[in-house]
Amino acid sequence: MWELEIEAKTQYLEQVRAFVDGHLEMFDCPVKAKMQIDMAVEEIFVNISQYAYTPKTGKVTIRMEMTKEPLFVVLTFLDNGIPYNPLAKADPDVTLPAQEREIGGLGIYMVKNIMDDVAYAYQDGHNILKLRKKIELQE
Amino acid sequence: MTINGEKNNTALTIELEGRLDTATSPMLEDYLSENLMEDILELRFDLGQLSYISSVGLRVLLSTQKKMDKRNGKMIICNVPDLIMDIFDVVGFADIFTIER
Repeated sequence: MWELEIEAKTQYLEQVRAFVDGHLEMFDCPVKAKMQIDMAVEEIFVNISQYAYTPKTGKVTIRMEMTKEPLFVVLTFLDNGIPYNPLAKADPDVTLPAQEREIGGLGIYMVKNIMDDVAYAYQDGHNILKLRKKIELQE
Repeated sequence: MTINGEKNNTALTIELEGRLDTATSPMLEDYLSENLMEDILELRFDLGQLSYISSVGLRVLLSTQKKMDKRNGKMIICNVPDLIMDIFDVVGFADIFTIER
């Protein structure tokens, strides 16, 4: 398991991405899975940065684990900001025409769809969001 | 991200290269507010060199589509890489955008 503790500020997204991608590159993660993981990580990190501690700032801990056979990448985000379950929000209606589409709410919907499993818990004063993605290695 | 725009009368073509994410989306918003004048009726996004898009980038595209609809203009997205097309499918954008592949 690898762990990164970082100030929850959007400007540190690059460091977060480098941490995640660095470990994905260790096993030649396919481009598509890497992009999807990057998208999910950006979404969650930016959300925590913008909302968890407002108007103050705080830290976020990101844990990264991998399991073998089948290969899963597991990312856990922990913060001790305002309790917030991003999964409680209703999914946007993605069948509506452009004019009726809401601009917000797309991000978490996207995360739920591109990850295999997303789970939220609030424990010991921490928001804990766990993302799991199965990786199919190319032959 | 690099933004290359070319205006031709009432048409504007914008090529995006690199990553359209939280850090770079404001660049595109600024570019659009300076260049997507009221007289532009055909807007074309060329995503051929775009390697990544986040939900913030998707939101910019959606709000631009709404803007073009309001003025009865056209917005076309072309050369969409497979990886980005998959994301458009997930969020249902494949149905609301005019996509030329």
